[in-house]
Amino acid sequence: MSAPTVTGSTMPGRTQTAPTSAKPAGFWRDCGAIAGRALRAVPREPEFMIPALAIPVFFYFVNIGALEKTAEATGRVSDFRAFQLPVAIIFAVTGISRASALVLDIRDGYFDRLLMTPIRRLALLLGLMVADFVTVVLLAIPVLGLGLALGVSFETGFLGMVVFVLMGAAWGLAFTGFPYAIALKTGNPAAVNMSFILFFPFAMLTTAFLPQEALTGWLSTIADYNPVTYLLNGMRALVLQGWETKPILQALAAIVGIAIVSMTLALLALRGRLRQGA
Amino acid sequence: MTDAIVVEGLERTFGNTRAVDGVNLNVPPGEIYGFLGPNGAGKSTMLKVLCTLITPTGGTARVAGYDVVREPKEVRLRIGAALQEASLDPNQTGTELLVLQGRLYGLSNAEIDERVKAVSAMIDIGDALDHRIKTYSGGMRRRLDLGAALVHRPMILFLDEPTTGLDPASRARVWEEVRRLHEDGMTIFLTTQYLEEADSLADRVGIIDHGKIIAEGKPSDLKQALGSDVIVAVVSPGTGEQASAELERIAGVERVERHGDELTIVTPNASTMLSAVAVALEGCGVVVQNLTMRTPTLDDVFLELTGAHIGRDEADEETTE
Repeated sequence: MSAPTVTGSTMPGRTQTAPTSAKPAGFWRDCGAIAGRALRAVPREPEFMIPALAIPVFFYFVNIGALEKTAEATGRVSDFRAFQLPVAIIFAVTGISRASALVLDIRDGYFDRLLMTPIRRLALLLGLMVADFVTVVLLAIPVLGLGLALGVSFETGFLGMVVFVLMGAAWGLAFTGFPYAIALKTGNPAAVNMSFILFFPFAMLTTAFLPQEALTGWLSTIADYNPVTYLLNGMRALVLQGWETKPILQALAAIVGIAIVSMTLALLALRGRLRQGA
Repeated sequence: MTDAIVVEGLERTFGNTRAVDGVNLNVPPGEIYGFLGPNGAGKSTMLKVLCTLITPTGGTARVAGYDVVREPKEVRLRIGAALQEASLDPNQTGTELLVLQGRLYGLSNAEIDERVKAVSAMIDIGDALDHRIKTYSGGMRRRLDLGAALVHRPMILFLDEPTTGLDPASRARVWEEVRRLHEDGMTIFLTTQYLEEADSLADRVGIIDHGKIIAEGKPSDLKQALGSDVIVAVVSPGTGEQASAELERIAGVERVERHGDELTIVTPNASTMLSAVAVALEGCGVVVQNLTMRTPTLDDVFLELTGAHIGRDEADEETTE
């Protein structure tokens, strides 16, 4: 059913140039419009993309240079370059979001401009997340390409590579709920920048550098509970083992678990932001 | 025909502060209504309530026939708004902003093309429309902001201090565009702290202070109702206080206000009092640098009602009666 069109109201004796044809655009068109704006902004902000790509590439080379021989000498890692590739992907996609742009929209009044339109409120957030998903896929591909160039091969073939990238991107998307929640809750750009701190425990207190069996003490305990451990296991399975059901399902469960938590926080923050006017 | 805007007993509080305190007003279709008041008077809060950005804590408001609390979606389809400080994305181009607005209002691609052309012709910023907004001047930003509010042909346009911070030439262009929209029959609700703006553009003016409307009517009627003329005398530096005391003693002077060395003398008939003022000042040895007579402004109306000027630092003022 098409939405009703608004007909113009005129003052007696005067004629508006034409009646307005405004109507609700619909949820998906709203999302598309918001995502389109966000995606157009990405190449215009190289300061946003360059670190996101440079940091994982840098650490990938450093980790290989520093740890490859040691790790492989333990006998627990057969191909350290393949072992490190999921880490590079996670470094590339974790925390990548348009939350910093959203918080500027809130501060500068652009968010109010959007709220005065008939846009569906959920599309304000979902549209940005659609753009984030595209962005993290675009970030993951060159990192994957680097791994392939350094001799990494996939036991699961080309389809495994696609799943590998999508898994990393899904993780990146699941994580975006945290910075969005902070942006919507605080409206403070500095607070959103600080949300990057969340990245460290998730990405570092895990099996980023050594397999779980090689970890000891408190780090081993934390890694057991860190969802990124299971994500890395699943992604590594795609590279090194093949279509192993258990680690892949555990990785997907880790993504869904984090997504539920972060998206709930983001949606609550969106509701709170909309109610601030109430 | 129902009024474009109907507000009854509207209240909005923030904590213990009553930003809007029992406002009633009606704006018929096709009118430019000027909402005039100093900073912090409640103008922007009122406008945000009418634009559905914040909900009132009391009273009701209907815009284009729809309740802003119960039917905000219907209201949003029928209004356009340019808020204080053009809220634009510096990384977007002007065209991208206009297209995005069109999409969010459900216009077809053909309608968007047609409307972007029409709006760009109206706001007249030329090829810059395809440049990033961060390259625009303040005046161009304001005109683009106005254009974005018009993409979907709203019935009612809300403008929050549309010319604040603009140079006189840019201000004149915004005024020209507002007048053109008025000629097309659009209802316009305009907040301003510029007396000249309200006087020049508005069919009717509501003067707001501390969240309450303290006067409402045509600018000419409000000024006539004051029933007094004004003489402005600029005296030599340091003699303002002495001159003020001297002038108060003249029979027929209702009030003298002093702002440094500028004296504003309110009197029922300025033309007959002008010579008496000049003689009195000369008699007490005060050198008059300038002596003019004028009809009252909306600022005089505001002064009469509140004892303060719009947009002037209160510490700068001294009124004696």
